[in-house]
Amino acid sequence: MNQPGEQTVQERRRADSTGAGGSESGQRHRGESGLNLKPSGRTSGAAAAALEERTAAQAAGQTVGQTSVEDPVFSCRDVNVYYGAKHALKNVTIDVARKQVLAMIGPSGCGKSTFLRCLNRMNDTIPGARVTGSITLDGLDIHDKRQDVVQIRARVGMVFQKPNPFPKSIYDNVAYGPRIHGLARGRADLDEIVCTSLQRAGLWDEVKDRLTGPGTGLSGGQQQRLCIARTIAVQPEVILMDEPCSALDPIATARIEDLIDELRASYAIVIVTHSMQQAARVSQRTAYFHMGDLIEVGETDRVFTNPRHRLTEDYITGRFG
Amino acid sequence: MSGSAHRRRAMRKFTNALALGLSGLATAIGLAFLGAILWTLVKNGLAGMSLSLFTEMTPPPGDSGGLLNAIYGSVVMTLMGILIGAPIGMLAGTYLAEYGRTSRISAVIRFVNDILLSAPSIIVGLFVYEVFVVRMGHFSAIAGAIALAVIAMPVTVRTTEDMLNLVPQGMKDASTAMGAYPWRTITNIIYPAARSGIVTGMLLAVARISGETAPLLFTALNNQFWSTNLGAPMANLPVVIFQYALSPYKNWQQLAWSGALLITLTILILSIIARFVVSALNPGGKR
Repeated sequence: MNQPGEQTVQERRRADSTGAGGSESGQRHRGESGLNLKPSGRTSGAAAAALEERTAAQAAGQTVGQTSVEDPVFSCRDVNVYYGAKHALKNVTIDVARKQVLAMIGPSGCGKSTFLRCLNRMNDTIPGARVTGSITLDGLDIHDKRQDVVQIRARVGMVFQKPNPFPKSIYDNVAYGPRIHGLARGRADLDEIVCTSLQRAGLWDEVKDRLTGPGTGLSGGQQQRLCIARTIAVQPEVILMDEPCSALDPIATARIEDLIDELRASYAIVIVTHSMQQAARVSQRTAYFHMGDLIEVGETDRVFTNPRHRLTEDYITGRFG
Repeated sequence: MSGSAHRRRAMRKFTNALALGLSGLATAIGLAFLGAILWTLVKNGLAGMSLSLFTEMTPPPGDSGGLLNAIYGSVVMTLMGILIGAPIGMLAGTYLAEYGRTSRISAVIRFVNDILLSAPSIIVGLFVYEVFVVRMGHFSAIAGAIALAVIAMPVTVRTTEDMLNLVPQGMKDASTAMGAYPWRTITNIIYPAARSGIVTGMLLAVARISGETAPLLFTALNNQFWSTNLGAPMANLPVVIFQYALSPYKNWQQLAWSGALLITLTILILSIIARFVVSALNPGGKR
C-alpha cells in the first residue's frame, strides 16, 4: 500500500529535476480527468491566464477551490488563531463534510494542527492562545458562552500524533469516555460499549484475552488503535486525527488507514498528515495550508492531479516542504 | 612541529588528570565526613541498643530506662504533621502544576514556597509558639504537629508540582479531548500517573520532619512521662536527644546516642522504601 505511493513521489521528484514536466504524476488517480493540466500546461496561453488568476487570488489572500460543502458538520468562517503575538492561522474559511475524510497537508508550522485544535477547542488549553472568527458545529457556534466545551469535546473526538493511552487497563482506557459522560447504564452496558468500540477499531481479537492488562503494554500501532477505540466509545460525530501514523511503522500505518476508511461510513474525519500519499489514499477532500493561510481546498483527486495554486503545486510535487 | 603537538597533548592530559584528581579529592573529603559521622553514631549508639529502649520510659538521671514515650511522641507528631501538611501541600502543588500554571499568583506562591522550603526550622517553631503555644498558655503535642506540618507542607508542594509536571502533556490532552473536566483529568489520570512520585515525596517529607528538633523545642517541648494527651507537652526523640546529650549524666548521654541512631535508621529505611515505592508503583513500567 505504501510502496506505490512512495514511488510516485520519487518519480515526481525526478520528473521535476529533469524538467520533464511531470505528466506522470498522480498515477494513483489515473482515469480521473485533468491529468495533463498540471505543470506542462504552463506554456499554453490559457494556462498562463489561469496562473495569473491564481496569483491574483494568492495576492488577495483568498483560498483557491471549493471551501463550502452541502450540509457541513463543521462550518468555519474567517478563523484566526494567535499564540501571543504570533498570528498562527489567518482567515481560514472551510467546511467539513459529513461521512468524509478531509486531509490537511502542508509544511511544518503551516497551521494545520492549530486549525485542527480549533475544532474541539483544544486551543483553549494553551496559555496565550486566542481564536477569532466563527466555527459552527451542526449550526451551533462552538464558542458560544452557553456551549459546554465538555459537550463539544464529547462530540468531536481526537486522536493524537503519539499514541497516548492512559496508564490504566485496556478496558478502562476504552471505558473512560463512557464513564465520564455517563453513557453506560450498568456494567453489562459498559462491557458492550467497550467490546463494540474495540471491534470497530479492529483491536478486539488482539486484546480480548487481556482486557485487564495495561494499555501501555501494547505495541505502538495497537496503542493507536486503542486510542481510536477510546475515541469512538463516546459516539462522536467528528474524529480529529493529528498525524495519527507518524509514530508507526508502515504495516501499522496501513491498518490505521484501512480503519479510517471504514470509520468514514459513520463519522466525519479530519486528518492532519505529513504524508501526501496518505492524504491521497484516505481522504476525499484535501486542504493545503501554508504559513497560516489556507491556500487551496478541493476534492483530493483534483488537488493532487490538478492543483490550482502554485504553492500547492510546488508542495505536492516535492519542490519544497 | 610534532614536538609542540606532543607537548600540547601532554599538557592536556595533565590538566585532565589534575581536574579529575581534584574532584575525586573533594568527593573523598565529603564522604569521609559522612563516614565519620555514621561511624561515631553507630559505635556509640549500638552500645545502648536493647529491648528496654523500646519498652521503658525516659529515666531520671542515673537510673536505667528507655525511650518509649519519646518514640511514641515522635511517631504521633510526625504522623499528625504529615496528615495535616501533606494534603494541603498536595492540593497547592496541584494548583501550581495544573490550574494556575502560568498565572501571576502561581509565580508568587512558588517563590514564597521556595522561601518557606529553605526557612530555618527554628523560625517555624517560633511562629507556632507565638500563634498557638502563647495563646493556649502551655506547650502541647498538637502545636508540635502543626509546626511539623508547616515544615512538611512546602516539601510536598514542591514534589507534587514537580511530579505532576512530569506527567506527559499528551496524556493530559487525551483526557481533556475526551471531554473530561480538569478535576476529572487530575484525579483519574494525572494523580495515578504521578502516584509513585507523590508518595515518594511524602515519604521524604516524613523523613525530613522526623528529625526536626527546633520546632518541637518551642511547641511540644518534652515530657518525662508517658502521655497520650495531645493538649499537653509530649516527649519526642529530637528534643530528648538534644536535652540528654547536653546533660552531664552518662545514662542520659547513652540514650541520646541510641535515639540519634534510631532516627538515622528510620530516615534511612524511609528513603529505601521511597526508592522501592518508585519501582513498585509503576506496574506499567513505561510511561
